[in-house]
Amino acid sequence: MYRDDRSRAPIPAQLSVRVAVLGGVALVMFSVIFFRLWYLQVLSAGQYQAEAQNNQVRDITVGAPRGRILDRNGGTLVDNRTALALQVRTLELPAAGGKRRADEKHRLAQVTGMSYQKITSEIHRQTKDLPASPVTLRRDVSTDLVYYLRENQDKFPGISIDRVFVRSYPQGSEAAQVLGYVGQVSAADLKLPRYQGVAPGDLVGRGGVEDTYDSFLRGINGDTRVQVDAAGQPTGGTLAQRGPQAGNDLRLTIDSKLQQAGESALSSFGLPGAFVAMNVKNGQILGLGSSPTYMPAALAKPRISTTTAHAIFGSPSDTSSTGAPFFDRAIAGGYPVGSTMKPITTVAGLESGTITPSTVINDTGAFDLGDGSQPLTNAGGGAAGPIDLPTALTISDDYYFYDVGYKLDQLTHNDTRNGPLENWAQALGLGSTTGIDLPGEAAGLLPTPAWRNNLYKQNTAPSSPGGSSVVYPKEVVDRPWTVGDSVNLGIGQGDLQANPLQMAVAYTALANGGDVVKPHVGMQVLDPSGKVVQDINPAPQRHVNIKASYRQVILDALHNAAQRPDGTSYPVFGNYPVPVAGKTGTAQHTGQADQSWYVVLAPYPNPKIVVAVTVEQGGFGVDRAAPAARTILNAYFSEKDPHFQRKLSTASTTSAATASASTTNPYG
Amino acid sequence: MESHALRGSLASSERTRAIDRTGVLRLDPLLICGALALIGASLYTLGVTTSGDIAHDPYFYVIRQAIYAVVGMTLMLAVARVDYSRFRELRVGLYTVMIASILAVFAFGTATRGSRRSLDLPFFSLQTSELGKLLLILALAGFAIDQGRRMSERRRTLRIMAMGLAPAVLVFAQPDLGTAAVYIAITLAILFVAGTPWTHFAAMGGTALAAAVFILVLAPAVGYPILQGYQQDRLTSFLSPSSDPANVTSYQTHQSLVAIGSGGKTGRGNDATQTENGFLPERQTDFIFAAVGERFGFVGAAFILSLYALLIWRALRIMTLAKNFYGNLIAGGVAAMLMFHVFVNVGITIGIMPVTGIPLPLMSFGGSSVVVTLMAIGLLQSVYMQAHLTPRSRALART
Repeated sequence: MYRDDRSRAPIPAQLSVRVAVLGGVALVMFSVIFFRLWYLQVLSAGQYQAEAQNNQVRDITVGAPRGRILDRNGGTLVDNRTALALQVRTLELPAAGGKRRADEKHRLAQVTGMSYQKITSEIHRQTKDLPASPVTLRRDVSTDLVYYLRENQDKFPGISIDRVFVRSYPQGSEAAQVLGYVGQVSAADLKLPRYQGVAPGDLVGRGGVEDTYDSFLRGINGDTRVQVDAAGQPTGGTLAQRGPQAGNDLRLTIDSKLQQAGESALSSFGLPGAFVAMNVKNGQILGLGSSPTYMPAALAKPRISTTTAHAIFGSPSDTSSTGAPFFDRAIAGGYPVGSTMKPITTVAGLESGTITPSTVINDTGAFDLGDGSQPLTNAGGGAAGPIDLPTALTISDDYYFYDVGYKLDQLTHNDTRNGPLENWAQALGLGSTTGIDLPGEAAGLLPTPAWRNNLYKQNTAPSSPGGSSVVYPKEVVDRPWTVGDSVNLGIGQGDLQANPLQMAVAYTALANGGDVVKPHVGMQVLDPSGKVVQDINPAPQRHVNIKASYRQVILDALHNAAQRPDGTSYPVFGNYPVPVAGKTGTAQHTGQADQSWYVVLAPYPNPKIVVAVTVEQGGFGVDRAAPAARTILNAYFSEKDPHFQRKLSTASTTSAATASASTTNPYG
Repeated sequence: MESHALRGSLASSERTRAIDRTGVLRLDPLLICGALALIGASLYTLGVTTSGDIAHDPYFYVIRQAIYAVVGMTLMLAVARVDYSRFRELRVGLYTVMIASILAVFAFGTATRGSRRSLDLPFFSLQTSELGKLLLILALAGFAIDQGRRMSERRRTLRIMAMGLAPAVLVFAQPDLGTAAVYIAITLAILFVAGTPWTHFAAMGGTALAAAVFILVLAPAVGYPILQGYQQDRLTSFLSPSSDPANVTSYQTHQSLVAIGSGGKTGRGNDATQTENGFLPERQTDFIFAAVGERFGFVGAAFILSLYALLIWRALRIMTLAKNFYGNLIAGGVAAMLMFHVFVNVGITIGIMPVTGIPLPLMSFGGSSVVVTLMAIGLLQSVYMQAHLTPRSRALART
């Protein structure tokens, strides 16, 4: 081995160079660090301070309770309960598609017992439209889970247990269609001005008064700006706070007892139907129900199962979607109204001078239109002979009103203008919406010459042979207006489609001197302390001038119809302790049982309330609709008069014998 | 020329008598003060930042760190009393113990977060690779002198390099990239102080470059990645921070920058949130400098850095005072070790170095690191004391 002397021991000169180099390195490194620190802490401090501030602040939304919905007497129909909800804020989850997010979802699946797929699909479903919307995975979570998640918050970033308000319905299914429900706001809704201030994930009204009065019921969410740590847990410091503002209460015109009476009367038939009870002076709806109905609580859930949705809203495969419980037959149904139309025909006849109260028509039992078609008969067959107007109304004679319809049509024969019958029906509200404060109201159909001739023209035009937009059956569109249409309309048959609400409104004009009221279920908006914020008192839609004597004739005749032994609804109201004026209707449908109608004004002769009831396939008006109306009136008068129940029982025992005649009554 | 070993053993017997006579230790007061000040700063910083970490035990970290410091100080004094020159005779034994202790971790060690780094002892979890740093300095310095006399410079360089790389590779396999890098830094420093020609360093630089290209580019390209996934991530995220913003590593660096930057000139004191509220992980260990920066600002950070500058200055100074070449090498090794730790650790927190687990000496919470650093300072004290006890070193100091 060769040896190198230099390497044996460092000469001091070489060592000091090396020490100097080490010292130089140290100097350079400290300089770099100092300059970097100066840059970070002095030159860029502002930027980093802002970022540190951002890091530790979180705005927490404090949900505002929605206002309650009360009945007219202050009873609670819709309330709130608080629940603990397991919520996911997707923006705070680990990066989408990454392993950490998948791991967290697996952990969540384990502790909640939900499947991984379900969590994924639920997050997807609830954030499809609104990515920022918090996802409610589960409501009413167990306290065990609450504590577990709170203690292991670091393993579950973006997951929180929040106190939320949930709609509760102390009266069960009562007034379900009137109340509506609440649901998460949709992306499309958020663009509408009426949902200004609503944040993704907030609940808004859907259907019923929840929808109409949403802006009143909806509160203003509070914001709390809190300090949080890296796991998102509040550290206890609150930086700013804006308390939630509870929504206003809504007091309805609905009378809970009357509502219940109407609903139970309807449901006792097991048939679809609807009723409306309304104050004839101001249009306040005292009761409005549709059968079948549903439990609105079933819709107060973060996720509504397909089964529930189909059961309430109707399944898409079910072509008769109007059969669904959510469908409010009282305001959206479209039915022929049968003989309940006759008072309207009477007004048209009298006001046009076609008939007078004393006009006598000879009912031969077979009304010949003169066009070669089969003569029209009375609903129950038979012939009443010569008969005057009041009697015709009282016994609901069809022939008389065929004749009036025919004569009215002759006034504008071969003319596309409306005749007096169409005009009066229109003036009293048929064929148009009433403007009630409930969504989903239908206008129905008032057949007019112009309507039919137009349809006929469209369908015979070469360009559109039965265009797809035409929804009427073939027999409706393949002929122009004929006198038969008027005759049919005169007795509420044919193409006419109306709902109980429209009939109730039309009858009020007869009772109150000509005001076509604007029906409404909202009565007052109250702030959370109970102070009235707004009275809901809409003006009548319009006023129609009907001669007072004519109105009196009609009212008298309807009173007789209800309470004179030959009247159509005498079997139901003959012994009623309160004088009433009511008209039965039995609308015919091809291929199914008749539809039962009854519209009653009470008390006679100065009515305060109108009740309209219809029962699909319910048979004669007096069979189903009239007894239901009687039940509703019972509820109404029981509240007015403490002795009413006693009067009622006395009355029914004294004239029980007469009540059995219902099935033998030949007239609708 | 006489061998250092002979002179060392003679001096040692003189020193023993000197101590017996005076009964006191002649320690470097500045070095002691610097170390004590850093320990004090560590305890204070831990006290104010971790009081809420462990439920019902606000002083969890402070008490433990204090115990480690007391143990470390005791060992420091013990080491200072020993004539470091004796360790040269034990170089083979020290080297063997070092390798064995590192290997023991593979056999009996406990794993934390995927790395096997420490042995569980009754009261203490010993990270043997920390102690290994000290053993490596003592052994390599001995071999450097030894072999320098018997073989060519090139062979000596290769031998020392190989002896340093062996434990570095073992530690790297634990895996502990940071400590492995410290081993290499120590090896290079010893070679440097030993007078290795510049050409050798140039050659080593070239080889390292080639190795880096192989490890980072070629090997992964043909399907044999050498770096662990997370190590690769740290490097790539350091080189291009925006490549993956959700990356854990760049998250740490970013939070550390926000912590330090938000400290401003004088710090946020008790309003500190970054390091208080858990935004920055490892704030009591590897990222304690960020806690200092946020809480005490530029002033506090500069103060801590000045203390390190003091330590390093004293280490270099003691290096020049050493009574023999072995002392030069040991002091140089310790100085390089301190410099490397401080520069890399602080560099990570201020975003100019890639993230590797490497403690800030005396500041970071951790028994092995604190005790070993204090023992290293004890070694420096030993060199210092020996220099002041022998006439020759006094003469050297004057030159």
